Amino acid sequence: MPLSEELKARITAEFPKYPERRAVLLTALHFVQEECGGWVSPDVVPEIAELLGILPIDVEEVVSFYPMYHSDPVGRFHVQVCTNISCCIRGARGVVRRLEENLDVLSGEVTGDGLFSIGEVECLGSCGTAPVVMVNNERFVENVSADDVPALVERLRARAAAGGTNGSNGQAGGR
Amino acid sequence: MAFEGYLLPPSGQNWSRIADYKANGGYEGAEKALRSMKPADVVAEVKNSGLRGRGGAGFGSGMKWSFLPQDVQRPRYIACNADESEPGTYKDRQILERNPHELIEGLLIAAWANTIDAAYVYMRGEYRGPFENLNAAIAEARAAGYLGKNVLGSGLDFDVFVHRGAGAYICGEETGLMESLEGRKGQPRKRPPFPAIAGLWKRPTVINNVETMSHVPHVIRKGADWFKTIGTEKSTGSTIFGVSGQVVRPGAFELPFGTPLREIIFEHAGGLRPGRTLKAVIPGGVSMPVLTADTAMQVDMDHDSLQKVGSLLGTGAIVVFDDTSCMVRAAIIISRFFRHESCGQCTQCREGTGWLHKLMLQVEAGTARKSDLDVVDEITRQMEGKTICALSDAAAWGTGWFLRRFRPEFEAHIDRGGCPHAGTSFEV
Ligand SMILES: Cc1cc2nc3c(=O)[nH]c(=O)nc-3n(C[C@H](O)[C@H](O)[C@H](O)COP(=O)(O)O)c2cc1C
Ligand code: SF4
Ligand code: FES
Repeated sequence: MPLSEELKARITAEFPKYPERRAVLLTALHFVQEECGGWVSPDVVPEIAELLGILPIDVEEVVSFYPMYHSDPVGRFHVQVCTNISCCIRGARGVVRRLEENLDVLSGEVTGDGLFSIGEVECLGSCGTAPVVMVNNERFVENVSADDVPALVERLRARAAAGGTNGSNGQAGGR
Repeated sequence: MAFEGYLLPPSGQNWSRIADYKANGGYEGAEKALRSMKPADVVAEVKNSGLRGRGGAGFGSGMKWSFLPQDVQRPRYIACNADESEPGTYKDRQILERNPHELIEGLLIAAWANTIDAAYVYMRGEYRGPFENLNAAIAEARAAGYLGKNVLGSGLDFDVFVHRGAGAYICGEETGLMESLEGRKGQPRKRPPFPAIAGLWKRPTVINNVETMSHVPHVIRKGADWFKTIGTEKSTGSTIFGVSGQVVRPGAFELPFGTPLREIIFEHAGGLRPGRTLKAVIPGGVSMPVLTADTAMQVDMDHDSLQKVGSLLGTGAIVVFDDTSCMVRAAIIISRFFRHESCGQCTQCREGTGWLHKLMLQVEAGTARKSDLDVVDEITRQMEGKTICALSDAAAWGTGWFLRRFRPEFEAHIDRGGCPHAGTSFEV
């Protein structure tokens, strides 16, 4: 699937900020994930490389190095739980377990309908409001307890039913 | 009288809009610097203030600035570190969400002092809210003439750009950050050359943390002498302590350096849950050596005091453990983190972080032998001071000091063949 003209324009609009085009790579990959289903499909790699004047391998290396980029499909709502120290102290493992039960998949997997996936991430920089969940690349959901999981999942289902995109810009909805 | 602070707006207030910021003294420091001070005088004032980096290492900021070549050849850059990924740390976010113009003003003054063309704020990709808030503030600052061509008639052309990272802790390391900003894997560079000589795109570069830069407007507006009245002799000014873990009211508190850790935990953060006792405290993010409760109750939060008790101030991120917690589990989480985040360039770090995590899991499961604890000690020593960057040292300290300071608890796991706190402790 080729990159849309709008997406290309969004990427090239970043060029003037830097002395070299290559510096736009991380930003370009964020844009791609926002607009192309939450992951970087191998199809788009050559085009990104060409746009930035680098080789496809340069793009692939970066995709695999950074945890926020996915080289395999994730759910429309990729639900990521911080399992670093402050969040685990306050029950993050219980949040992951409840998500697994509620969605009937394991951490790291995607639901059969493609709607959800569960991920575990390192400290999100929100340790004072632990445990913390990040859906796609949206604003954090803070102070999440295992008991909050069913309502969180329901809110996301409602958004999907209302036709929301996978919208990295959206809001998982505070509590 | 309680310390009121100067970095953050009073609780409940947000000065993200330029009008609110200016109504509270905002941009007065920049006006003063750009209209009436020579760049060298600004550097001298910052040096004299004793301002030290708030990103973890505590290096003198004025000193760092003075390392840029005196023979100015353009372009020169600022890389501002907003990666904030040290577990336990969420202080820069307070500034980015509640007082972003303070950072912009600090960058502008630093740009004047060091003859800089552009600043790149490298912000961790997960910070969606802070990213939008800072960008909105930058747009306001441009419209108001604090960024752009010939700022305040000074002749300086200067702009600020926010660059988003993508979830790798190592990109908080200053040269990993530069590699990442240039569009590559965030693998740290060998030094020399240091960033002051060859940083972003091999040009002279100032690298400072968000909070460090945010102190600068206050140093210039109110003067180095005022700044030195706050804090201790060698740790001047205030800082934002982020408290998390097993306290009643976790939160970010701006306090003078030298504030007793006991006061931070028991007054500001509301103390422990009823009936609980203190077991351990990490004083500066998980890279820094953990303290036992006895030490924690006696230490003050400044660079010298923490060093005297065998730890470091780091990012001032305070993680509190009460008596329900298992210290081996804490070490599992910390070693898992470093294993995951090692960039893999150095053998000691790549292999060492893997070994530490595996051994911690074995101790927790009760399958380790006592001699394995000596192996852990040996591995951590091999990991220190031998690698391209300090992640390896951090991994060694963060994990190794749990073992050294709580060894009987590690041995109890081995003696019992399992975790003695399984019924009460958090899970990993
Ligand atoms: C592994 C590693 C991670 C780091 N992460 C950060 C970070 O997230 N934020 C930060 O400001 N400094 C971080 N640092 C410290 C930076 O390398 C650098 O010292 C700092 O940004 C300098 O700014 P300062 O002098 O104002 O503190 C890290 C260092 C290491 C070794
Ligand atoms: S010490 Fe670790 S993180 Fe740092 S450069 Fe070496 S392998 Fe990479
Ligand atoms: S430990 Fe979870 S946000 Fe920091």
